[in-house]
Amino acid sequence: MTLLEVEGLCVRFPTRRGLVRAVDGVDLTVEEGEVLALVGESGCGKTTLARTIVGLERAQEGTVRFEGKEVRGRGRARPMRDYRRRVQMVFQDPTGALNPRQTIYEAVAEGLRVHHMGQDEERRVADALSRSGLRPPERFFTRYPHEVSGGQRQRVVIAGAMVLEPRLLVADEPVSSLDASVRGEILGLMRNLVDTTGVAMLVVTHDLGLAWNIAERVAVMYLGRIVEVGRAEEVLQSPQHPYTQALLSVVPEAKHVEQQILQGETPDPAAIPPGCRFHPRCPLYQSGDAEELGIAQQCRTVDLGLAPIANDHVVACHARA
Amino acid sequence: MTFRFVSRKVLGSLATLLFVVCFNFFLFRVVESDPVSALFRGRNISQQQRQQLQHDFGLDKSKPEQFVRYLNQTAHLNFGFSFETRQPVTSEISARIGRTITLVGISTLLSTTIGIWLGIIAAWRRNTPTDYVVTSTTMAFYAMPDFWLGLLLLAAFAESFRWFPTGGIVNVGSGATGLSHLVDEAKHLFLPGLTLTLAYLGEYTLIMRSSLLDTMGEDYLTLARAKGLRDATVRRRHAVPNALLPIVTLAAVNFGFVLSGAIAVESIYSWPGLGLATYNAIRAPDLPMLQGLFLLFSAAVIVANLAVDLLYAYLDPRVRTA
Repeated sequence: MTLLEVEGLCVRFPTRRGLVRAVDGVDLTVEEGEVLALVGESGCGKTTLARTIVGLERAQEGTVRFEGKEVRGRGRARPMRDYRRRVQMVFQDPTGALNPRQTIYEAVAEGLRVHHMGQDEERRVADALSRSGLRPPERFFTRYPHEVSGGQRQRVVIAGAMVLEPRLLVADEPVSSLDASVRGEILGLMRNLVDTTGVAMLVVTHDLGLAWNIAERVAVMYLGRIVEVGRAEEVLQSPQHPYTQALLSVVPEAKHVEQQILQGETPDPAAIPPGCRFHPRCPLYQSGDAEELGIAQQCRTVDLGLAPIANDHVVACHARA
Repeated sequence: MTFRFVSRKVLGSLATLLFVVCFNFFLFRVVESDPVSALFRGRNISQQQRQQLQHDFGLDKSKPEQFVRYLNQTAHLNFGFSFETRQPVTSEISARIGRTITLVGISTLLSTTIGIWLGIIAAWRRNTPTDYVVTSTTMAFYAMPDFWLGLLLLAAFAESFRWFPTGGIVNVGSGATGLSHLVDEAKHLFLPGLTLTLAYLGEYTLIMRSSLLDTMGEDYLTLARAKGLRDATVRRRHAVPNALLPIVTLAAVNFGFVLSGAIAVESIYSWPGLGLATYNAIRAPDLPMLQGLFLLFSAAVIVANLAVDLLYAYLDPRVRTA
């Protein structure tokens, strides 16, 4: 069943250089109990998308539906409050995500108090800590964040999210600030939480290997738009969008494909190219293949949406349409 | 907080105090002065009287002898007699200390609370007209020399409008008691108090503003909002307590300066406190008075610093284990 449904979502920021279109018409769904990895270069808008889904940014256009009901309104409205409990977030840097003056117990219990789940608070906190791998939990109650390791801190943040019994966990680069040695452990913990509690997870990452390890489905984002979505093995083993292909070709494990180094920087989200937003960097377009296929004109002028090419595999590319 | 941590801080403070005691003696003797002729300027005193006075003041002895005598006296908490009034320095100081604590204490308290409050408002509404008005106004007062601000207020509210008295602590010759005496004192307190409050305000506002802005960038505030905490609660529970840490240092150190902080303002408003006493003692120079006052001022600052160190360890868990 579909848990989260994002449709036509646009988030824009006015800046001195003009209007930045960080999220520019995103369609995305998260199914119950699945892990969806959202991948893309830095600056492609994936973090903004995640923050908007959690309700930290306001979308100018589009809708977010959760369990079939549209999420709107400010923090005080009752449905929003309920939504804030059922969708939790995990940040990249656990050191910054914990108040240095709060004990670990306080950090985990805070959410419970906000949502009036204070009955048998201590048991709930202990339970969340031990399920996040901090055992025995009582030993961590009175400690401060600076007294535990980076990996343990991220476990505290995860416990603080899971204690609210969410349906969806949005994790923004959950392991990229951690030591390589504990990355696997934290990913294992997250996968385990999905399998045991049925929580769904949206993992924002720039690391395709991570997506491969943890996700059922992968969504590829480029310059404010999703350009390819599908089952992880399909997207990662037979990528259809030239951008996905280029991303994958530079993964060290991918020996069988020729490396494609994309030309140029990520274009400016304040000045998104017309037509297919990827065409100025597209190897297919640059090599003249698009011209041969007779679609070059479309690439330059027609902005296209996602179209299905196979079961559950959608791509936004004129060459695959 | 360990015993070792506390005792290390206390010992450090004592060492500083000891240094101040020694330094104090030489500070006022670097420039050769002749207190006797300064004090009796324009009056006819015979050579014999002059020598008698030199002897009474202990100025006929050599510097090392004077120093040993000073150390010995200070160790017994005897700070000597004022050259000018011939009263013990301790009683001169204790007669005035209350007035200074009233004036500067109230001003510091007011500027701290108002400054923190304004800083929070400015930070929370950063880059809005409110922020610009608060920041630029407090900055302007902060930049003004306090004696100049004092003179302006004096000229405006005491000279032109005559709303407040120009100086002193009560109206001369007023035999008022009880409530009307208190009202009279409050009127006299108002202008010097306002001057000092305005002069200190900017420091607190600007530091609170920037500290809160730093804190507001922290992820744990975003996370708290994502968990459903209201903005006002996030501010009260997470942002402000963490942003207050630098203010604690500033406030405590400034409270250390409460005793000495108002020399210029007390002189302008003839507020008969320690500041005015310092000003008068420097003119003479009334060496025992100066030594006593400076020792007291330094001790207050040292104690305040010690208090910050201990308070900080209590407030910030990261310092405790460091």
